[in-house]
Amino acid sequence: MLRIRIFPIVIFAVIIIFFPLIARIIPGIGNYPDLMVFAGIYCLITIGLSLLMGYAGQISLGQAAFFGIGAYVSGILTATYGLNPWLCMVFGMIIAALVAVIVGVPSLKLHGHYLAMATLAFGIIVFIIFNEEVEWTGGPDGLIGIPVLSVFGFQFDTLEKYYYLVWFFVFAVFIFTINLIQSRSGRALRAIHASEAASNAMGINVSRFKIMVFVYSAILAALAGSLYAHYLNFINPATFDLFFSIKLLIMIALGGMHEIWGAIIGAFLITFLSFEWLHFFEEFEVIVYGFILLVVTIFLPHGLVGIPHIIKDWLRR
Amino acid sequence: MNEQPTENILEVEDVVMAFGGLTALLNLNFQVESGIIKAIIGPNGAGKTTLFNVITGTFPPTEGLIRFKNTLIENLKAHEISKLGISRTFQTVELFTNMTVLENVMVGCHTRIQSAFIADGLRLPHIKKKEVQMRDRAMEILKFIGLGNKFDESADSLPLGERKILEIGRALATEPELICLDEPAAGLNETETRTAADLIRRIKERGITVLLVEHDMKVVMDISDHIMVLNYGEKIAEGSPLEVQNDSRVIEAYLGSEEEDHASD
Repeated sequence: MLRIRIFPIVIFAVIIIFFPLIARIIPGIGNYPDLMVFAGIYCLITIGLSLLMGYAGQISLGQAAFFGIGAYVSGILTATYGLNPWLCMVFGMIIAALVAVIVGVPSLKLHGHYLAMATLAFGIIVFIIFNEEVEWTGGPDGLIGIPVLSVFGFQFDTLEKYYYLVWFFVFAVFIFTINLIQSRSGRALRAIHASEAASNAMGINVSRFKIMVFVYSAILAALAGSLYAHYLNFINPATFDLFFSIKLLIMIALGGMHEIWGAIIGAFLITFLSFEWLHFFEEFEVIVYGFILLVVTIFLPHGLVGIPHIIKDWLRR
Repeated sequence: MNEQPTENILEVEDVVMAFGGLTALLNLNFQVESGIIKAIIGPNGAGKTTLFNVITGTFPPTEGLIRFKNTLIENLKAHEISKLGISRTFQTVELFTNMTVLENVMVGCHTRIQSAFIADGLRLPHIKKKEVQMRDRAMEILKFIGLGNKFDESADSLPLGERKILEIGRALATEPELICLDEPAAGLNETETRTAADLIRRIKERGITVLLVEHDMKVVMDISDHIMVLNYGEKIAEGSPLEVQNDSRVIEAYLGSEEEDHASD
């Protein structure tokens, strides 16, 4: 029976809450809370992607596009039109959801490689739009002047305030998603992964569930995009390119896509690797990612979260 | 139409199923009386599984009508047909191998106990109640099929015999009025076969109509009330087990006639 334990979640929450305080004391990790903001933003995307890929068995190589849609809707509507940022965030999610339905209805009929190619093409198209619609998006130069988030006069203007804001969202999404996994809807998604024919025969509307999970993952990516835009106050298309979609894939493959924790661990590791630990590889960074993906898929098909199981099996022998 | 003593739960009229140039079913007509076990037999490639796929909505027939409890279903999708009360098992066992035995059956409860995506995520109070309800019903079914003590094992770890039984259990969880069993005894040893046959009989006792595709003639002759024989997508005989066994066309289809033997030389 799939049961996600509460205890590790509580421990995790405690660590997240106290981390900024600890980071202040320990020398050399002063910039880690900043990285954790990015890790949190990526977690939002990988949680959705893990549900889509690991649980429901559908692939998407276009998640960066939804991330970008959230960021640009928030960015354009706040910086250019001066609308309320929270409202824009909701708009971003709605638009991402609509786009996901339009893209998902035809492409989720495809399987495996074909679905990968369709979502890949979608990602590239959106990337080109970000670059070419200069009037709206600012083109390759990017979009500046995205305001700071505030609620009832309280400004999320410091790193620590933003850190807690992002992680509040991550926890809300995390709890929602594990509830989902352990319910009828979650079982339906896992059933689709195992056998579409049998799922249909059990009365599961397979195409509807596939679209729902795709939309859900798009909404989460858009939310992450909005948070990203308001954190940096500046966005440009390069953030939302194909390589970022692949990086997201590497995150969940590294962490382990069949367990929700894998999404979190993967997002953390890749964030710290790319911003901190792999810096000295410079342009060879991509090769390192390739190597990581290679090693993980060959030796750790269930990702890092699969290691305890491997050790357990090994000890039993 | 004349008045019939018993009601037909399923009526198949002039069904044709063609895949490109290959005609898998040819003008097929038959009825299934409510509450019986009806077997469909025939040599490999006779169209038995195709017939199941057409009835359960995997694909619509090229031509013809299918009536289930007086509702036309030939153009409905598989999940809609499941909701109406037809369930099935698969020749190549299609269990959800990423789940436990209990979860497999709980997926079968999907249509009868509904919940919304968002309500599931928020784990609203009524969702918890429904979850318990599904669990209880699934456990009941596991006890009925004799897998109650294996509820928490991975479906993947079961031996073939039990996997086939579990698939039947999962189909029962959809609360069908008609259940289509595709070779429930294939690959099973003698004890397992007896268990499966016994289970099918008990399903009938629950008032569920059974449509059975099976190659094990002993099982078929033992438990069926009615048999239909297919060959190359056509019905060549229909009747009680005794009638079918003595039908010359059936014997010919299975053993081949002398002329055919010459022709193939």
